[in-house]
Amino acid sequence: MKKNIREQFKIFGNNPNLVYLDNGATTLTPDRVVKKMNEYYFDYNANIHRGGHHLGVRATESYEGVRVKVAGFINVDSKKEIIFTSGTTHGLNILAFGLRSKISKSDNIVLTRLEHHANLLPWQRLSRETGAELRFIELNDFEIDMDSAKSVIDENTKVVSIAHISNVTGTLVPVEKLCQMAKEVGAISIIDGAQSVGHRKIDVQKIGCDAFVFSAHKMYGPTGVGVLWAKEELLNTMEPYMLGGGMIDEANYNNFTAAQLPNKFEAGTPNISGVIGLGEAIGFVESEIDFEYENKLVDYAVAELLKISTSGGKNLRLIGPVNNTSSVVSFVIKAIHHYDLATLLDEQGIAVRVGHHCAEPLMGYLGIGGTVRISFGVYNDKDDVNKLIDSLDKSIKMISNK
Amino acid sequence: MLIDKKIEQIKSDFDILPGWEERYEYIISLGRNLAPLATEFKTDEYLVRGCQSRVWMRAYKKDEKVFYEADSDALITKGIIALLLAVVNGASIKEVANIDFGFLDDIGLKSHLSMSRVNGLQSMIKKIKSYYI
Repeated sequence: MKKNIREQFKIFGNNPNLVYLDNGATTLTPDRVVKKMNEYYFDYNANIHRGGHHLGVRATESYEGVRVKVAGFINVDSKKEIIFTSGTTHGLNILAFGLRSKISKSDNIVLTRLEHHANLLPWQRLSRETGAELRFIELNDFEIDMDSAKSVIDENTKVVSIAHISNVTGTLVPVEKLCQMAKEVGAISIIDGAQSVGHRKIDVQKIGCDAFVFSAHKMYGPTGVGVLWAKEELLNTMEPYMLGGGMIDEANYNNFTAAQLPNKFEAGTPNISGVIGLGEAIGFVESEIDFEYENKLVDYAVAELLKISTSGGKNLRLIGPVNNTSSVVSFVIKAIHHYDLATLLDEQGIAVRVGHHCAEPLMGYLGIGGTVRISFGVYNDKDDVNKLIDSLDKSIKMISNK
Repeated sequence: MLIDKKIEQIKSDFDILPGWEERYEYIISLGRNLAPLATEFKTDEYLVRGCQSRVWMRAYKKDEKVFYEADSDALITKGIIALLLAVVNGASIKEVANIDFGFLDDIGLKSHLSMSRVNGLQSMIKKIKSYYI
């Protein structure tokens, strides 16, 4: 960890004893991002793409400048393929809605067993409405079962929509391989990158997907803003999910023609300050984050957690792959409810997430009610892990009356 | 015992516990000692919605008094249930309707419990008041 990283987050000054291990839910926001958003409100608060005044020009330039930054950030050549959304969920809904006319009864849509509700429910609806079959790639020891992938992806597959990294198990999904398999059968491949942005380098060309969605607030940006990237030829054939101001070429009382990309998918006044904040967050990620450091910290945390399982038979079980290469680590402790643990951890200043993590079907599939999830960010260090372990020990003792 | 007296008793029980650890250990011990709910009532029908750990609750009337039985899969939740039941069990319908559960603030529970649990607490209180009223 860079020495001054915590100093870049006022929230640590305001909560001096905070051990924040809930980065999978949202990362904290560095001061420079907040400052950049304030700048918009203080110096050039205006709507974009309209208005003949200099404030509006400046706002438009800032907003559109971020589109270029995002394109570079995920290695996209054309900035008009970058659509600003309210977040990953919004992006997936735009896709599922927009692809409706391409899906018919004899088709199938392929997901994995570990999807977040955001990458499940929109496809459920599409399946209900079109009669297309929803298929799931099975897991094997929390990893994607490639034999299962081979059997479910076939010539009738129209869409393969998969998480890059599971928000529950931390499984790194072999997206390159799965996108290649989708390509071979002519299916559209979509990656839910909510848990991978900000934690690893994203290169959509290397992944080989047709669309990639993510949220700013999981990569040190503000909430309520995200990105949908999709190939131009795909976006051009998709029906826009929202209609309204800013997305038309021409309109009369009876009809309209949609604007060119990207405006076609950005109806209404967007989250301008949020997009500007996202631009600054990209700068933060690119200049401040050492992904290797975070990986090593996760390795350390997993090793320390496993020590708990062997001391006094407390039976901690990791709910995730043995070789975890993500920033998300889930576990359960035998005979102890995750809510009891979370309550006592919270009391000791440790912020973790418990429950089903918006992946209820996965919980049923794994046969568990919920997990305790710790998830790391740029400001976490070994000291955080040690405090977590001490607090876990103490909580277990309190609950077990030992 | 009058409801007010029961509440005063709980408050003074907590007053002598100096810190969050003692308070939670006490709640945990109450949870551990809570009589389990018969399995036949641990069904969706008796599930209290809005709690993040599962809570089941039933109620019955005897000689115009109301009695509750409840259970949870989380120990701290069971402890909180024990506190609630200690106050409401054996009260009249009118008394239950008028109970002010604000005493839970006075024993420092709300400030110590995470928001989801506080919401769960509201759900339990609502459920208690929903029977026969």
